[in-house]
Amino acid sequence: MSEVLLDVTGVTVRAGDRSLLSDIAFQARAGERLALLGPNGAGKSTLMRALAGDLTPDAGAVTLRGRPLPDWPLAELARRRSVMLQHTPVGFPVRVDEVVALGLPGRRHGNAGDALVGQLLDRFGVAHLRGRAYPSLSGGEQQRVHLARVLAQVWDTPGPRLLLLDESTSALDPAQQYRVLATLAALAEQGDYLIVLVCHDLPLAHAFASRVLMLDQGRLLADDTPARVLTPERLAAVYGLRSRWLDHPDGPVLHVEGALE
Amino acid sequence: MRAAEPRRWPVAPTLAALAGLLALGMVIAALAGPLSVAPATLWRGVWEGSDQPGYLVVRDLRLPRILMAALVGAALASTGAALQGLFRNSLADPGLIGISAGAALGAVSVIVLGGGALGHQALPVAAFAGALVTTFLMWRIASRGGETRVALLLLAGIAIGAIAMALTGVLTFMADDNELRTLTFWAMGSLAHSRWSDVALVAPWLLAGIVLMPLLARPLNGLMLGEQAALHLGHAVPRAKRAVMVLGAVSVGAAVAAAGQISFVGLVAPHLVRLLIGVDHRWLIPGAAALGAVLTVFADTLARTLVAPAELPIGLVMALLGGPFFLVLLLRRHGV
Repeated sequence: MSEVLLDVTGVTVRAGDRSLLSDIAFQARAGERLALLGPNGAGKSTLMRALAGDLTPDAGAVTLRGRPLPDWPLAELARRRSVMLQHTPVGFPVRVDEVVALGLPGRRHGNAGDALVGQLLDRFGVAHLRGRAYPSLSGGEQQRVHLARVLAQVWDTPGPRLLLLDESTSALDPAQQYRVLATLAALAEQGDYLIVLVCHDLPLAHAFASRVLMLDQGRLLADDTPARVLTPERLAAVYGLRSRWLDHPDGPVLHVEGALE
Repeated sequence: MRAAEPRRWPVAPTLAALAGLLALGMVIAALAGPLSVAPATLWRGVWEGSDQPGYLVVRDLRLPRILMAALVGAALASTGAALQGLFRNSLADPGLIGISAGAALGAVSVIVLGGGALGHQALPVAAFAGALVTTFLMWRIASRGGETRVALLLLAGIAIGAIAMALTGVLTFMADDNELRTLTFWAMGSLAHSRWSDVALVAPWLLAGIVLMPLLARPLNGLMLGEQAALHLGHAVPRAKRAVMVLGAVSVGAAVAAAGQISFVGLVAPHLVRLLIGVDHRWLIPGAAALGAVLTVFADTLARTLVAPAELPIGLVMALLGGPFFLVLLLRRHGV
């Protein structure tokens, strides 16, 4: 098994006397695909911020390759972990390829003609948009451009890398969502990337993730394979959802029937 | 509507063309004026030395003034480009966010309240101090717990600018006729009194902005995606914010001290260069500096030749020429 890339121990984050996260602990390795699930306000975004190094927990620590996040120099951390935020508004009429080139490291920074820019745009099916002004794109197109940018940032870094994606496919149509997540899953399976994805779509999470972390009220309720985490009992308790698993020749399928009365 | 496919001019030739335009503009400016000087006179004077009146006028009066115009324009425009990047707003401009209003307040205080005792340098020093104090105030208001909120900084800057302008108004009201004349001319901007000694005094501060601001291009590029994304990209955002503000205050303070208030160039030059070569601050900032210098040299040449031997305030010339030009550009580009 590969080395532990991400090690989260006893992470607690408080805001006033309210706990946003309580004693979160898990480990993950490159090659894994984690889906971070939970209802609104469960603490998903706070946990993502802690994993990104944006906030320092009140207790506990997040370490990347054995080194606590605060000890990473900013530039070095940027070569190792890349983050896609829920919203990345872009000021000025920047061109699509220029947005991606902002992610390129070192001397290649800002070089919109770099071969990797076209390659990554192509990977997410937006190569034909490379000359367009970013603000003129649809929400789903913008998200795919940012995925390319976020990947460009760590693409050529040797060794394991961490991708943190916060609802990165929320504006895509269903087919595009599956296509983009299949692309990302394939990357993870090659072994270099650990992907942590915040997601609200349960079947999508099931299709993408090798492991599901279920958060509720700042606690990590479950951390296991999708089938073991997404049980009807748990979905009822956490989300108030009616659901069941259906048998299918290709494997069991999660069927969400509706909200509980 | 924004153009869906922004076209970009190639960066290197465009920057070279701007530099060439600046050189050409400076030569024309040196030859133009009530006393017309033949190019041959200028040429001989530069290479062989000469005490012909034409050459002396150029050497002692026009050249320092042209150089000052170029430096002031370049400093205002590169600061404008950097501030627009920092605030992620193409309307940000040293004039809008109160830095130059603070500098003006400092200068007007000296004119009206006296300070002549401090000698010839009192006015520029006060303008400089005014710019630094307003910037510091903005910074204090917008900073909490080691974090500086850029939107708050912009609002605080506008408010402090309004206060400084009101105080300037109060002082103007108190001024007598003689002070008023000095004050008006100064408030509308003038390079008429620039001598080599003045250039030597303010050039280091202006150059600080012109030369150092491009070094902040990468974090400013990252900031186009927002502060958090810029941090994720590995840019030292807090340090870059501080550096832009300090360099901006220093070079705008020096510019206002040297030439009074010249609006518009800090807004227009970056905007035009962004249309030409795009948003990458590595080229945008030097490009804006070159274009800002061209525009200011051009405006100052008109200011001293149009109604010669009298002079127009350069601030008026800049706004009267630049305003309509800018509007036409906006109308054509956005098809309003």
